[in-house]
Amino acid sequence: MISVTINGAPVELDVPPEMPLLWALRNVQHLHGTKFGCGMALCGACTVHVDNVPTRACVTPVSAVAGKQVTTIEGLSDPVAAAVQAAWTELSVAQCGYCQSGQVMAATALLRATPKPTDADIDAAMNGILCRCGAYPRIRAAIQDAATRLAGGAPAASPGT
Amino acid sequence: MKRRTFVLGGLGAGGALLLGWGLLPPRQRLRGKVPLPTGGGEVAFNGYVKIGPGDTVTVVVPKAEMGQGIFTAAAMLLAEELDCAWTQVRVEFAPVDAIYNNIATMVDGLPFHPDDNGRVKRTARWIVAKYMREFGFNVTGGSSSVTDLWDPMRDAGAMARLALASAAAKQWDVPVTSVQVADGKVSLGERSLGFGALAAQAAANLPGTWERKDITRWRLIGRPMARLDAGLKATGTAVFGLDAAPKESKYAAVVLPPSLGATIASFDASAAKAMPGVRAVVQCPGSAFGNPPAIAVVADTWWHASQAAAAVKITWTPGAGATFSSASALANLEARVARGDGRTFADRGDLVAGFKAAAFSVEGAYRVPYLAHAPMEPMNCTVRVSDGTVDVWCGTQVPGVATSAAAAACGVEPSAVRLHQQLLGGSFGRRQVADYVAMAGEIARQVPGTAVQLIWSREQDLRYSKFRPMVHAKLQAALDGDGKMLALNVASAGQAQVQGWGRWIQNSALVRVPDKTTVEGFTDQPYEWPALRVVHDSADFPVPVGLWRSVGHSYTGFMLESFVDECAAVKQTDPVAYRDAMLREHPRARAVLNTVAEQSQWGTPIAAPVAGGRAGRGVALHWSFQAYVAHVAEVEISPDNRLRVRRVVVAVDCGQVVNPDGVRQQMESGVIFGLSAALYGEVSFTNGQAVPSNFHEYPILTMTETPVIEVHMVSSDAPPGGVGEVAVPGIAAAVGNAIFAAGAGRLRALPFRLAAGATS
Repeated sequence: MISVTINGAPVELDVPPEMPLLWALRNVQHLHGTKFGCGMALCGACTVHVDNVPTRACVTPVSAVAGKQVTTIEGLSDPVAAAVQAAWTELSVAQCGYCQSGQVMAATALLRATPKPTDADIDAAMNGILCRCGAYPRIRAAIQDAATRLAGGAPAASPGT
Repeated sequence: MKRRTFVLGGLGAGGALLLGWGLLPPRQRLRGKVPLPTGGGEVAFNGYVKIGPGDTVTVVVPKAEMGQGIFTAAAMLLAEELDCAWTQVRVEFAPVDAIYNNIATMVDGLPFHPDDNGRVKRTARWIVAKYMREFGFNVTGGSSSVTDLWDPMRDAGAMARLALASAAAKQWDVPVTSVQVADGKVSLGERSLGFGALAAQAAANLPGTWERKDITRWRLIGRPMARLDAGLKATGTAVFGLDAAPKESKYAAVVLPPSLGATIASFDASAAKAMPGVRAVVQCPGSAFGNPPAIAVVADTWWHASQAAAAVKITWTPGAGATFSSASALANLEARVARGDGRTFADRGDLVAGFKAAAFSVEGAYRVPYLAHAPMEPMNCTVRVSDGTVDVWCGTQVPGVATSAAAAACGVEPSAVRLHQQLLGGSFGRRQVADYVAMAGEIARQVPGTAVQLIWSREQDLRYSKFRPMVHAKLQAALDGDGKMLALNVASAGQAQVQGWGRWIQNSALVRVPDKTTVEGFTDQPYEWPALRVVHDSADFPVPVGLWRSVGHSYTGFMLESFVDECAAVKQTDPVAYRDAMLREHPRARAVLNTVAEQSQWGTPIAAPVAGGRAGRGVALHWSFQAYVAHVAEVEISPDNRLRVRRVVVAVDCGQVVNPDGVRQQMESGVIFGLSAALYGEVSFTNGQAVPSNFHEYPILTMTETPVIEVHMVSSDAPPGGVGEVAVPGIAAAVGNAIFAAGAGRLRALPFRLAAGATS
C-alpha cells in the first residue's frame, strides 16, 4: 500500500511501487482527465501537479509520490486555474482537446509562480507539451488573457476578433 | 454494413432505387430508418434534432468531432433555422443510418477539373449524389462535413421551427404566419410558449414543406462563435475513446510484427501469464480491416499488460515485406518516373508544341517521405462481447466500417454491434481505418463477458500507421522568352492513398478504380497553362498506406508551388506577379493571392534577420477541397544555418463561411501541421520496420517553433467548401520558396534539410 493524497483526499494505492502514476490514476482511480500520449515524458499530455510542481505522470513511479499531494485536472479549484480555464473556453483554445489537460496543468502552474509571464516564460513552461492540432497560438494568447484576468483587467474579447 | 460499391460502373443494379429516393418528399430524407433514440421526455423531430424538457435542443451530428469543430458548425446551421437560443444547444453523436451518408467527398472524387461545369460532369455528380444516399457510407473526411451538412442541418431546423410555430398557432387558434419564433420561444403579443412545451404536439404534426431563411436574416451563420466543446476540453471532462471504457474493464497491450507481413509461428506465454495482474494471453489472427497478427495480454491495468507483453516469447515467420527499405523503394520510384510509366490523368493542350516552342525549359525532381498521422490520442478501442451482443467504445471517422470490423472480428452480424462513438483525440485520417477496432474485437471475443480496452503504445501508433505514401515526381516546364509557362509535364510515382484505404474498408471498387488523389493538386489547379500532362505510376509496396490530412494535396501542393517558383525565377519575375498573370480567368484565386500579398507586405523590405543571418519571403497558392488558400511565409536562417519560420500569413476563400473563428482555427492548425511535415516529418523503413519509435524520433512542431500566424478570409458567395485540410498543402512550398528567396538554395525534398553547414 502506498499512501498518496490525490486531489485533496487521502488514497491508499494497492499497486506495485514501480507502476507509473499515470496508470494508477487512469486504470485504478478511474480519473480520466490525465491523458496517455507517449509513455516517455516526450509530450506532456499526462502532466499533473506533485506538491504543486508540474510532473509527467507517465514516467513517475507511484513510489515517488508516496506521502505527497497529487493534483490532477479534476482537482484544480483555485482562482488561477479558474482563470486559465475561462480563458481557454472563451478563446476556443482546444481543437481535438486531448492534450489540453496537460496544457492547462502547465499553464496553471506557470501563472501561480509567474503571474505576469513574458513570452520567454511561456516558452519555457509550455514548450515540451505537444499539440498535434496546433493550438499553440491560442494557448499563448489564453495564458496572457488569464494573466490579465487575474490582475483584475478585462478579459480578451470573444473569438475571432 | 455489407460491401458496397458506388462507382459509376456499379450503377446498373441501383438505378431503380435511385429514382425512388429522388421522389421521396424532403421530410423523408431527413428521417432515418430507425427513429433517433430519445430519453427523459425528449422528442425527435427528424434525424438531426431533438427537443427536451427545459427547452433543451439536442443537435444530432453525424460526423466525428476530431478537433475540426464540426460540432459547433453543425449546431450553428441547425440553430440558425430553428431560432433557438444558442445556450439551449447541446450536441450528440448520430447513430449509424444511411441518411447520413456522404455525398460531397465522393462527388469531389470524380475526375473532373474544377472549372468544368459541363453536362457530363453535372450528370455524374447528380448520379453519384443519389447513389451515395442509397449505397454509400458515412465517413468524416475530405473536408466535406460542412458541405454535406449545409442543406440537411438547415432543413431539419427549418422543419422543426415550422412545426413548433404551427403547434402554437393551433393552440392559440391563429394563423401560423402571425406568430413569432425567437430565442427558443414561440410568441404572439403577450403570449409565449417554450419549445419544450410545444415539442410533443409539434413533432406529431410535421410539415411536408418549409422555407429556409433568407441570407439577410441570418444571425449565426458567418458570426464567430466559441466552440461548444471548449469548456469540456479545458476542464478535462471531455470523454475520448481512451476515457470511455466501463469501470470494470480490463486492459490489453499487444505485441505486433517486427517487420511488414510477418506472422506468428509460435509463442510461449507461460512467463507472461505468471506475472501479476495478468488475466489472459490471446492470439489475434489479424484481418482484412488492416490489423496485423498480434499477441495480446489482458490485465488489470494497461501497465500490467504492457509489462507482461514484453515477456511473451514469440517466433515470427518473416513475410514478403521483411527486407523492405524506403531507400530502395525510392530508387524504384525514381526508375518508374524516369521511364514515364503509369496512367495519364490529364493531357490538355499540345504539350509537344509547347516544348518545341520553348525558349527555356525547367526541370525539378521532388520527393516526400512516408508520414504517420501521430494523433495525440494513440489508437484504442474497448469491446465487450456479451450474450451475442457486441458493445464497442471508440472514436472513429467511419462508424459503419468500425461496426463491420467489430462484427467480423467477433463473429456476429453487424446488427448485433452497438457502436458508442466518442470524441477523437486527433485523427488526421488515421481513424478512417478500423484496424484497431478489429484487433480489439479479436481480443474481446476470447474473453467473453469482459470489457477489454486495447491501447496501442505511441511506438505502435507511429510504426503501424496507415502511412501517407512516399512519392517521387519530376516536373518539367516549357517557358517562352519572357519566362511564361507554355506547358507543364508531370510524372510521379508512389503508392495510392485511396486505393490503399479501399482495402482497409473492404471496398473493392475503390481498390480497382484509378486513384485521382495521386495527382490531385497537379491536375486541378486554376493556372491557365496552354498545355498540361500528368502521369502517375502507382507502386505496390508492402507498406500499408491510408489517407493522411490533405491526401494527395499534402505533397502536390509542395511540389507544384515550389516548381512554379522555380519557373518564375528563370526571368527573375516576382513570384506573386508571375502567378497572378496565369490567373486571368480565375478571380477567386487572384483575390486570395492578392490578399495574401497585401497583408504580408509583399514587395516591401523584410525585417532584418539576426546579425549574419539571412531572411526571405515565399508565397504559395493552392486549390484543394473547394477552397483557395494562399500562404506567405517569412523565414530566417541563422549564421549557423538554423531555420526559423517566423511569420505566416494565410488568405483563404472557402466559399460561404459558417463559423469564421472555426475557419481561422483550422488555418492555424493546417499551417502548424504542415510545418511539422515540412521541417521534421519522415518515417523511413529498414528491414521491413518503420524506424521512428516515439516523438523524439518523429518530432512535431513545438510552441517555441510556432510562427506568428495571421489569417485573412476573402469573402465569397460560393457554396461552402472545405476547411480542415486546405491550409496544409501550400505551407511547405511557401517555406521552401522563402528559403530560396533568402539565398539558401532550392530545396526539393521534404523534410527540409539546409545545405552544408547545417547544425540542426
